[in-house]
Amino acid sequence: MKVEKVKVSLNTVDDIPYAPFARPGLVTVNSGFRTQRPVCDKEKCNGCHLCYLYCPDGCILKDGKSIKFDLDFCKGCGICKKICNKGAISFEDEK
Amino acid sequence: MANKFISGNDAFAYGIALSRPHVISAYPITPQTTVVETLSSFIANGTLNSEFIHVESEHSALSAAIGASSVGARAFTATSSQGLLYMAECLTYASGGRYPIVMMNANRSTALPWNIYGDQRDSISLLDHGWIQAYAEDAQEALDLAIMSFYIAEHKKVSTPFMVNLDGFALTHTYEVVDVPEQEKVDEFLPPFETDNKLDLDEPKNLGFSAGPDTNTEFKYHEQQGMLNAYEVISECEQKFKAIFKREYPGLVEDYYASSADFVIVTLGTIAGTVKDAVDTLRSDGKKVGLLRLRYLRPFPNEEIVKLLKDAKAVAVLEKDISFGNEGTVYTNVNSALKKGNVTCPTSNYIGGLGGRDIEKHQIIEIFERITSMQSEIKFIGLKGE
Amino acid sequence: MAVTVKNISDDELFFGHKACGGCGGALAVRGALKVLGRRSVAVVPAGCMSAVAFNYPQLCFANNAIISTFAGTASMMTGIEAGLRALGKKDFQVVGFAGDGGTGDIGIQALSGAIERNDNVLYICYDNEAYMNTGIQKSTLTPFGARTTTTPVGSKVQGNRSFKKNMFEIVAAHGITYAATASVGYLPDFLNKVEKASKIQGTKYIHVIAPCPTGWGIKTEDCIEVAKEVVDCGLWYLAEFENGEFKLNKRPKEFTRIDSYIKRQGRFKHMTDEDIENVVKARDQKWNFINKYFN
Repeated sequence: MKVEKVKVSLNTVDDIPYAPFARPGLVTVNSGFRTQRPVCDKEKCNGCHLCYLYCPDGCILKDGKSIKFDLDFCKGCGICKKICNKGAISFEDEK
Repeated sequence: MANKFISGNDAFAYGIALSRPHVISAYPITPQTTVVETLSSFIANGTLNSEFIHVESEHSALSAAIGASSVGARAFTATSSQGLLYMAECLTYASGGRYPIVMMNANRSTALPWNIYGDQRDSISLLDHGWIQAYAEDAQEALDLAIMSFYIAEHKKVSTPFMVNLDGFALTHTYEVVDVPEQEKVDEFLPPFETDNKLDLDEPKNLGFSAGPDTNTEFKYHEQQGMLNAYEVISECEQKFKAIFKREYPGLVEDYYASSADFVIVTLGTIAGTVKDAVDTLRSDGKKVGLLRLRYLRPFPNEEIVKLLKDAKAVAVLEKDISFGNEGTVYTNVNSALKKGNVTCPTSNYIGGLGGRDIEKHQIIEIFERITSMQSEIKFIGLKGE
Repeated sequence: MAVTVKNISDDELFFGHKACGGCGGALAVRGALKVLGRRSVAVVPAGCMSAVAFNYPQLCFANNAIISTFAGTASMMTGIEAGLRALGKKDFQVVGFAGDGGTGDIGIQALSGAIERNDNVLYICYDNEAYMNTGIQKSTLTPFGARTTTTPVGSKVQGNRSFKKNMFEIVAAHGITYAATASVGYLPDFLNKVEKASKIQGTKYIHVIAPCPTGWGIKTEDCIEVAKEVVDCGLWYLAEFENGEFKLNKRPKEFTRIDSYIKRQGRFKHMTDEDIENVVKARDQKWNFINKYFN
């Protein structure tokens, strides 16, 4: 379970709920926070998943014995790179 | 049905208990205390099955009630004066969140100077905080408003919190014979609180969120619509109330000879009793005078005021309130209604009863005399030395 | 069973928020909700976490969540818990996530009330040591010496001149059912305290140090390392309070250097040797107390 991307149309007064309550949902992504993107060297990754645990944004997904990144929401903070004992994560410039 | 000789606060407590709130949270303040004491004793004796939260402040009292209401529970709190002001932040929170909490406010003067007695500056100063505001005249009306307030507040078209105001001491601590309805009848009258505006364990929601410039106006538009819908829901509620309890209420205003009078006093709360007495006396002398009692200040009875006052020769607004630097707030509101309805008679404003000072019958009669001869004035009544 | 990286839920209940990169507070909330699960009801007052996660229509809690008034985190939690219970609901956890200002300053009264009533709620204070959301102003949990925008470094006064208030021990003094300290630098310790607290009936309080790279003047990637270091140098400690007793969870054999913890952070850069000496003294005094009264 995860907060999912949604499409919300807010064009008329009736599109807006009568009170501030709504289902969870995301209408924008966070990739714009980032100037560099993380890359995982799967040869070095030992699947300890510490990076997954410590990511403040929940943007590292367990991928078998390695990991992958959710680049829509990764902000490029670098905590994953720093926490990795194996030096498996590096950052490269956004193209 | 059972007649009981009880205070206004006790009558209100009976009305609340009969409405079976899930959660009551309150902090003591004179002259509200006996309401929550009575409710506490009902709970201690097992006749009321509510969660009572002994909060450590009025801010927490309303905050906890908001929490309870946000999961779909029926919630009640009570306060007065400084307590109401202390929880003021939570007032807009409850109304903007559309949480139909019921609150009793024992109308009391606000410091400084300290004063525990009744005037209405506390609640009237908060008219713009998005709560329905009703003002009871006597203990029976207080009890009945306690029950009706949940009906109106929780109605899907309204979803707006409801403040019932009882004049401090004059009503809260005065004993009267009151008809306490039977539980079965109240259960028949009051539907369970149902809402989609709630935290739901099976279908999670995010509540109380921020809405920026892009959508804020629309949320506030809905809030206004909810309050405006209360006009018809109040009427519907009183009809159902009459059918079940055989007691009739006149909607947002009470017409005590106002529509057939040349000279009318507009007021609210317990002082209406004294005004009625004065009207009776003057009418027995052939004077065409009347009273328009405002039962609700929000939503404001614009149309009713115009309807009742359109043929008046002069109108006085008597209120226990003043907006310093201007005039009584009720007066401002009444004038606005008259203007919108093209009623052009002179109006005057009499400020009295501050800090619990009695307004006596002879002063009411004097007001009628003054508006018979005056064009218009704004005046503190009963000033020393006058 | 202990919560580990291997068995922790893959649910991401706090996701898509706009917290700054490397936010310790966001990590604390994300981790706690992974442990507490979908039936938790989060109460979040005005502050960073509400500002970044609750902007309609971008709503970032997959579980139930609500913003409370700034002062009203605990009282709203109380009302929610009472309401759900009165409606016959079972198997839920009401959890609050408030910052240091929301907890130690404006929210302390409501928190005290909830603890006194022993309401069945879990209050988590993510402590980033200042009012970060409004632009880094001093709170009563801002440490000695720290530069904030209301304790600037000037020619007369340099940074915050008062010492950090100890909320953990204030809470414990209520005789609270369960309280703990934690740091996002020791995340498994924090997560297991959340897990433990969730199984306890009554009021639970967890105070977790959560660095704010923006406000502390550290690199975003260093958030976890700094959160570890504050424990290792003895300026914070991992402990629990239960059954009326304090228990220390981690006793550093030897403290790492306070000056290295201080010098790496922009907010402390201006501190003099004398200031640092004061901090060392305060730490040693604290540890004398801990050694005397903590098991």
